[in-house]
Amino acid sequence: MAGSRRPRLAVWKFASCDGCQLSLLDCEDELLALAEVIDIAKFPEASSAFEAGPYDLSLVEGSITTAHDAERIREVRRQSRHLVTIGACATAGGIQALRDFADVDDFVAVVYASPQYIQTLATSTPISAHVPVDFELRGCPINKMQLLEVISAFLVGRKPAVAAHSVCIECKRRGTVCVMVQGVPCLGPVTHAGCGAICPAYRRGCYGCYGPMETPNTAALAREWQALGASPRDIQRALRTFNATTEAFRKESEAHGD
Amino acid sequence: MATKTVHVDYLARVEGEGALDLQIADGRVASAQLRIFEPPRFFEAFLRGRGYAETPDIVARICGICPIAYQMSAVHAIEHAFGVQVGGQLRALRRLIYCGEWIESHALHVVMLHAPDFLGFPDGIQMAREHGDMVRDGLALKKAGNELMALLGGREIHPVNVRPGGFYRVPSRAELAPVGESLKRARDRAVGLLRWVATFTFPEFERDYEFVALRHPGEYPFNEGRIVSSRDIDIAIADYETEFEERHVAHSTALHSLLKRRGAYLVGPLARYALNFDRLPASVQQLAREAGLGPVCRNPFRSIVVRALEIVYACEEALRLIADYEPPALAAVPLEPRAGNGFGCTEAPRGICWHRYDFEADGSIRAARIVPPTAQNQPSIEADLAAVAESVLDQSDEVIRDRCEQSIRNYDPCISCSAHFLKLAVQRT
Repeated sequence: MAGSRRPRLAVWKFASCDGCQLSLLDCEDELLALAEVIDIAKFPEASSAFEAGPYDLSLVEGSITTAHDAERIREVRRQSRHLVTIGACATAGGIQALRDFADVDDFVAVVYASPQYIQTLATSTPISAHVPVDFELRGCPINKMQLLEVISAFLVGRKPAVAAHSVCIECKRRGTVCVMVQGVPCLGPVTHAGCGAICPAYRRGCYGCYGPMETPNTAALAREWQALGASPRDIQRALRTFNATTEAFRKESEAHGD
Repeated sequence: MATKTVHVDYLARVEGEGALDLQIADGRVASAQLRIFEPPRFFEAFLRGRGYAETPDIVARICGICPIAYQMSAVHAIEHAFGVQVGGQLRALRRLIYCGEWIESHALHVVMLHAPDFLGFPDGIQMAREHGDMVRDGLALKKAGNELMALLGGREIHPVNVRPGGFYRVPSRAELAPVGESLKRARDRAVGLLRWVATFTFPEFERDYEFVALRHPGEYPFNEGRIVSSRDIDIAIADYETEFEERHVAHSTALHSLLKRRGAYLVGPLARYALNFDRLPASVQQLAREAGLGPVCRNPFRSIVVRALEIVYACEEALRLIADYEPPALAAVPLEPRAGNGFGCTEAPRGICWHRYDFEADGSIRAARIVPPTAQNQPSIEADLAAVAESVLDQSDEVIRDRCEQSIRNYDPCISCSAHFLKLAVQRT
C-alpha cells in the first residue's frame, strides 16, 4: 500500500480480561495480511510503538468502572472517526456489572485489606452510556471471524453483516439437536447469535454470553425452565452472568430469585 | 546529590494496565514499583452465593489469555471439597487441554511480545519484515495450541466444555486425529523456535530466587502435586496459607503475595523448570542442553528459552496423550455437593494459580480466595527492576527504561489477572 494512506486502527482497554483484544491476535492466519492493509497505530497489548491519533477505527474493550476511565473514554471518542465496542464488558457492562446488584463498598472489603487505596465506581457501565458508539459487537468473548467482518466493513464503509437473531437459528444451521427437548435448560432461545451455538454442540445449555437477542421473550423461556425443574434462584443466576444489566436480562432476573 | 525519577506510564506488550516508577538517588536505586492501575475486579465477591457448577464459567473471565488455568484450579478445588477424584482419561483430557493453553499462551509471548525486545523491534508484526519465517512459525504454533483448546473446550477463549467432575462432552479418537497431525508439525516448529531464541544475546544477570512450583511424583506438573520451593517448602496444596500471605499495597490494585518467612518468591517457567527438570523426558532435557540451559536457570531474560522449551514439552505431551487416548464411558464423574472447604492449585503458563472455596451444603459458594500467578511475582518483579536498573544506571534514560520494561516482560505478566507500556518522564535534581 506504499504511497496510499492506510486506514489507522487503535485498540483500547478498560475493565476487562483482555480476551476480546486477544481475538485479534488469535487471527493467526490473517494478522500479517491485515497489518499490510491497515496501520495498527495503537495496540499496547501487542506493540510498544504508539502512534498519536486521530484514528479511523477504534476498537474498545472493557467497561467503565472508574471516574478516570469515564474521562478517558471521552478522549478516545474525540480521537476516533468510528468507535466499535468489542465484547460484553464494553457493550453491556460485562461481569463487572454484577456489582450493580450489590453494595460495592462491601465488594471492596471482601477483596482488599485496605479499602481506602481502592477507587472504583458503584457501577460497571457499557461504553454507550458515556459516548456515542458506531457499532457494538457482542460476546464474552467475541467471535474473531465477526471481528474481521466488522473491521472489513468499517474500512470500506458498509454495514457489518452480523445477524441479531437467536442462538436457536445457529443450532438449526449446525444440525444440533435441541438440548431443551432433552431436558437441559438453555438460554439459546433468548440469546443473541454469533458464537456459532457452541454450548448445545457440547451437550450443555447456552449460558447467554452473547446477551439478549432483539425482542427476546424471556418470560416464556423462564416458564419453560421452571417446567424443566429450574428453581427461581437457578433462573436468576443464569440471567445474571456476563450481560446481567441489559434491560431484558435484568428485568427477567428481578422476577425470580430466592 | 543527584536524584531522579524514571516513570513508565503505560506498559506495552503485557496483558493489562500497569506503569513503572523508579526513584534514583546518589547513584543508587532508591525504590522500584510496578504500579498496577488495572481497575479493581471483584471476582471473589461476585462468587459468593453462586453455584459450584457455574464457577468454571465465571472464573474463566478473570483472564482471556489463560482461562483454562482458572477453570482447572476451580474444578480441582470443587472436587476436593466434595471428596471426588477424577482420574483416567478424564484426567488425561485435562492435561491435554492445558497443553493447548501452554502452547498458545507461550507462543504468543515468545514470538509476538518478548522476542521483539531482543531483536530491537516494537512488535511482532514489524519484526515479521525481517524474521517472517519465525513469526509465521510462531503464529502457526499458537494456532495449533488454539486448535486443541477449541476442540476440547469448544472455543479458544473462555472454553465452555470444562465442568466440575470432567467435561460436558468428550471427543472421539477420530476427532483428535487431525489435531495430532498438526501437533506433529507444531513440535518441529517449536524445536526451531527454541533453537532460534537460544541464539539471542542475553544480559548477564542472575538473581538467587526462591523458586515455587508444583511437583508431582511422575510428571512435569500441570494439575496436581505438592507445592515445593528451592529452599525448604514442601506442602500440600491445602496448606498454602500456612506459608504464603497476601498484602495490600497502596500502589497496586493487585495484592502482593509473599512468603511469610522470607518475602519475595518466583513462580512460572523458570521455577517450574528448575524444580522439575528431572521430570522432563530425556529428549526435552537434551534439547535444553543444546539450547545452553543447565538444569537451573536464574537469568530471567533467558525465560524466553525456557518458555520455548516448555512449548516443545507441551507438544510432545499432547502427542503422547492423544496416542494413548480411549474415550471414557462417562464425560463427567457425578458430584454430590456438601458443606466444606476445597483447595486447588494448577500450573498456569505464568505459574501457580491457587484457589480456595468454602461451600454451603447445597454447593453454593460462601467464600472464595483466588491467588493469580502475577500477584505472586509482583514483589519479585520489583526486586528484579531494582537490580536491573542498578546495573545500567550509568547509561541513558532510554536504556534504563528499555531494560526495565524488558525486565517486566520477562515475566509475561498478566496484569488483568491480578497492565500496557510507556512514556518516560525523567526528573533530575
